[in-house]
Amino acid sequence: MKQVTIISGKGGTGKTSITAALAATQANTIFTDCDVDAADLYLLLSPDIQKRYAYPGAPVAEIDQEKCTSCGICESLCRFDAIKEENGIFQVIDFNCEGCKLCMHACPEEAIDMKQSHNSEWYESKTRFGPMIHAHLGIGEDLSGKLVSQLRERAREVAKQKNAGYILTDGPPGVGCPVIASITGTDLGLVITEPTMSGLNDLKRVADLASYFNIPLKVVINKYDLNDSMASQIEEYCKQNDFELVAKIPYDKIFLNAMLKQETLSEYDPAHPINEIIQDIHKAIQ
Amino acid sequence: MKIAVASGKGGTGKTTVSVNLFSVVQQMEKSKVVLADCDVEEPNDQVFLKGEFDWSEDVTTPIPSINEDKCVYCGECAEICAFNAIMFVKPIKHIQVLPDLCKSCGACTWACRYDAIKEIPKKLGVLNQYKLIGNSLVEGMLEIGSPFSTPVIKELKKKVGEHDVVIYDSPPGTSCPVMETIHDADFVVVVAEPTPFGISDLKLMAETLKQMNKQAGVVINRSNSQNRELYDYLEQENLPVLMEIPFDRRLAEQYSNGKLFTEMSDGYREKFENLFAKIREEVAEELSNL
Repeated sequence: MKQVTIISGKGGTGKTSITAALAATQANTIFTDCDVDAADLYLLLSPDIQKRYAYPGAPVAEIDQEKCTSCGICESLCRFDAIKEENGIFQVIDFNCEGCKLCMHACPEEAIDMKQSHNSEWYESKTRFGPMIHAHLGIGEDLSGKLVSQLRERAREVAKQKNAGYILTDGPPGVGCPVIASITGTDLGLVITEPTMSGLNDLKRVADLASYFNIPLKVVINKYDLNDSMASQIEEYCKQNDFELVAKIPYDKIFLNAMLKQETLSEYDPAHPINEIIQDIHKAIQ
Repeated sequence: MKIAVASGKGGTGKTTVSVNLFSVVQQMEKSKVVLADCDVEEPNDQVFLKGEFDWSEDVTTPIPSINEDKCVYCGECAEICAFNAIMFVKPIKHIQVLPDLCKSCGACTWACRYDAIKEIPKKLGVLNQYKLIGNSLVEGMLEIGSPFSTPVIKELKKKVGEHDVVIYDSPPGTSCPVMETIHDADFVVVVAEPTPFGISDLKLMAETLKQMNKQAGVVINRSNSQNRELYDYLEQENLPVLMEIPFDRRLAEQYSNGKLFTEMSDGYREKFENLFAKIREEVAEELSNL
């Protein structure tokens, strides 16, 4: 089984549109949307949800005011400024609480307990191209990396059950926790970049991250003709670092038009020349 | 006044709006204006502003280190750790800290009765300050391989402190790093695009702001007046449209070369001045309603 994750560093370079276009070319594949913060792949693949799971959010501390004697030990130990005193009453600021439970262990009155927030959900779905594993992250949740790991674990289980040859994952932007969780253990990272100074800057950071975790990379330059000279700089960077430049996609309204109809590229216009470029990318990730 | 520039979706133009807004505000205001690049995973404001390097400092977090001369292998530190950051195998007396999982809460140090744990600083990222004619840009940059961006944002904001005008360029999304960036903002500028992805992610952002009780307005980037869905949604949610930037190949080229729109001779300077005036009005109106 081969796992391919689509990443970009910079947001808005076209990860999701290209993932969906590739989905239409892939047989025998499980699809995962690991951009749990801004999950949009569902808009193009129209998943039909088969199973829903509640995902426990980070637990936060809660103080039982009847037992609390206002000794202030919890406040003095908390390193996250998550406990505040007002007029002798100690309260937890949920937003700041990291769920470390130190206050709970330290409270001499046993007045502190943890509560789960349960505001995320994840799903196993059917799509016209194959099974899809995706999620809806609750607002302000801190455990998106863990949720990503959960999605990928389930995708691997489903792939085994169905004897699928591939897992294709739409990853998040950036280089932080959810990106790390999306790429660790994958066989290939496919970076979608754009010919802008920010695009190149962010490509370099995500490439450093991939090399830190020993993930091989291939690169696609999207909208390359918006700035030919920046596109050449990116090509040069890829050459120097031995990243295969798989394809250069011109700027084209077809991506937006297909998105407006909730279709993939080949469904929207099978005769469009960009379909051939998608085929090249498809071959490069096999 | 603290203005946060945010968006649900990545690549909608947060950086564009932040740097261009900063470039006009610093000429409109007599007092000091600071731009804080809180998109610490991929900071890019300096690409556009090209400030003069001023200083840099590391952001660190304390990570436990176990002194095995004092450790009696009781395992209490591993047991109390809520993040599984201490691996303990009792039969073979193996104890090991896993720094990437540690959140520096100090529970293990508190629990250890043998004074066997000392906390040593680990680098999470770096803060860089750049000078720009009397004003400054401070950027946070997450160390590659370090998973947690929120502590870097926290330190960045502490360092920036209070000024007459502070602009926070937020990371994309709606999770913890975004909340950390916008929680103390007086006004949030949401940058949105009129595409199905853009609208879907804008809705998540609007929900977040409602929950946080934040005053906000929207800048529509690559606007397309034919797509009514976005306008209808904004009207329904009572979110004012502060500015629209049409799709224009020349703007895309200007951006791709790391240049400001306000340097062009197309009235963008006035448009961004106008944006700032509108933000001021919105904030003043809210204050008068209190």
